[in-house]
Amino acid sequence: MSAVETIVPVLEARQLVKRYGQVVALAGADFDLRPKEILAVIGDNGAGKSTLIKALSGAVIPDEGDILLNGVPMHFHAPLDARRQGIETVYQDLALAPALNIAENLFLGRELRRRGVLGLVFRMADRQRMIRESRKYIADLKIRVGSLTQAVETLSGGQRQGVAVARAAAFASRVVIMDEPTAALGVKESGQVLELIREVRTHGVPVVLISHNMPQVFEIADRVHIMRLGRRVATITPQTHTMAEAVALMTGAVSAAGVS
Amino acid sequence: MLHALLARINREGEGDGRYALARARAISTLGPLLALILASIFFTTRTDRFLTTDNLSLVVQQVAVVGIIAIGQTLVILTAGIDLSAGAVMAFGTIVMTRLAVTRGLNPFESIALGLAACTGFGLLNGLLVTGLRLPPFIVTLGTLNIAFALTHIVSNEETIADLPRPLTFFGETFEIGTTAITYGSVLALGLALVTWFALAQTIGGRHIYATGNNPDAARLAGVRTRRVLIAVYTSAGLLYGIAALVLIGRTGVGDPQAGQSANLDSITAVVVGGTSLFGGRGGVIGTVIGTLIVGIFRNGLQLMGVAAIYQFLVTGVLVIVAVAVDQLSRRRRA
Repeated sequence: MSAVETIVPVLEARQLVKRYGQVVALAGADFDLRPKEILAVIGDNGAGKSTLIKALSGAVIPDEGDILLNGVPMHFHAPLDARRQGIETVYQDLALAPALNIAENLFLGRELRRRGVLGLVFRMADRQRMIRESRKYIADLKIRVGSLTQAVETLSGGQRQGVAVARAAAFASRVVIMDEPTAALGVKESGQVLELIREVRTHGVPVVLISHNMPQVFEIADRVHIMRLGRRVATITPQTHTMAEAVALMTGAVSAAGVS
Repeated sequence: MLHALLARINREGEGDGRYALARARAISTLGPLLALILASIFFTTRTDRFLTTDNLSLVVQQVAVVGIIAIGQTLVILTAGIDLSAGAVMAFGTIVMTRLAVTRGLNPFESIALGLAACTGFGLLNGLLVTGLRLPPFIVTLGTLNIAFALTHIVSNEETIADLPRPLTFFGETFEIGTTAITYGSVLALGLALVTWFALAQTIGGRHIYATGNNPDAARLAGVRTRRVLIAVYTSAGLLYGIAALVLIGRTGVGDPQAGQSANLDSITAVVVGGTSLFGGRGGVIGTVIGTLIVGIFRNGLQLMGVAAIYQFLVTGVLVIVAVAVDQLSRRRRA
């Protein structure tokens, strides 16, 4: 155990507190993500997992506590701040612009400019280069789509999620956060997205996966972070704990000491 | 060629849902063009006077003002907004320009610059209200429509301003290609359409306008500064209304406080008939140019055929409903 603890977490949170009026969403939550792992975050509705994830991705500013990236304290004021540090988030359903094509969606907000005067003065987009690079990202993750210039709305749900994941993976140098990436998908498509998540880890980027789907979590995660009442109650692994034990921890039927 | 187009659309319509989708998209881009071609053929067969270079130049001249406004309106509608203040802001611009130049005796170029600035200011105000207070564009621009209307009448004293110095009327002047007279205003309108097409289709800002209209949350989360995009769009639209004011002054030779009262609805008509979706994110300036020409050709053609003017409105009404219905149906297919 002591050998593991010397690893510097890629992303770490200490004693995060977030209040919304009388409601305490985070009540001193800890978090750590290790290099090259898939960390699942589970918890009942209202346990604070969504607020935790938003704090880590810059969408929510915590009232108290620290967030550290590779041991360095961070102060994110907006999602863009987190993204500049290499933390990319795949949002559940509002990730893409359906009328824009795949390449345009991949580079949305980060468009490549033409070189020279056309790019500098006229801010002309370099479509050819964006399409070329998109092809590379899509191929890297083994995503199957027809043409990169086809509108995202012509894709299936799984393919769309693939595009969203590809975008995150392409620009994430440090962390990819995924919020319920399979919630809206069928069984087969969910399987494809899980493959994608493994593929991202293979490329050396650790993944934080928020999910309600226990079998999925136990299939793919290296470790499972369990939230309850705004705190982390335990971090377990699929090898040492069963799904029933995880649910017991989540609902408070057992304390962390009770199962470990 | 027409047959080939229709055949292609039919062929794309066969097969599974994916092809139905392709057909829906093909209709939204080719539909307005087909309508334009069919209308032109119809009027050509009905009256000899329609398909002459003089008449076509006249059509362009007649639609130049509404066309320029419609370009601004296109930008706004692409962001899923609407600008009801367009015509009133233009009218205010004409009064600022003519009144400063004639009544105050200001340098004409300064008058023009101040008129453009006034219209741009109105656009900026629209943008700030839409983004800052998060009010619906319909309500914001309904408010600024009334403010601009009131200011126009207060500043003008309800008087039409005539005897304008030359720089103000320049865009009403003509040059000749062969024997056909073309106004500088027509050329300016086409030039503005071209510039806006480039900005929308080729630049990063253009992509951001489409993304903001198509899915504002996704755009914002992807790092697009959607508020800044909206402010830029409404402000640019305001500038375009100012330019339309200058072209209108050139065309009529006066500053008329009554001008442009239906220009907001006319411009929305042109944009919608041109296939741009009122739900944002789909369409563009090429469609708007075609839409403007369709409306213009119907008015001109019916006039040449000696049909009473009131029927032009009837036809325009039908065109708008057909255009919106096509958009709505193709959206349902996509969903």
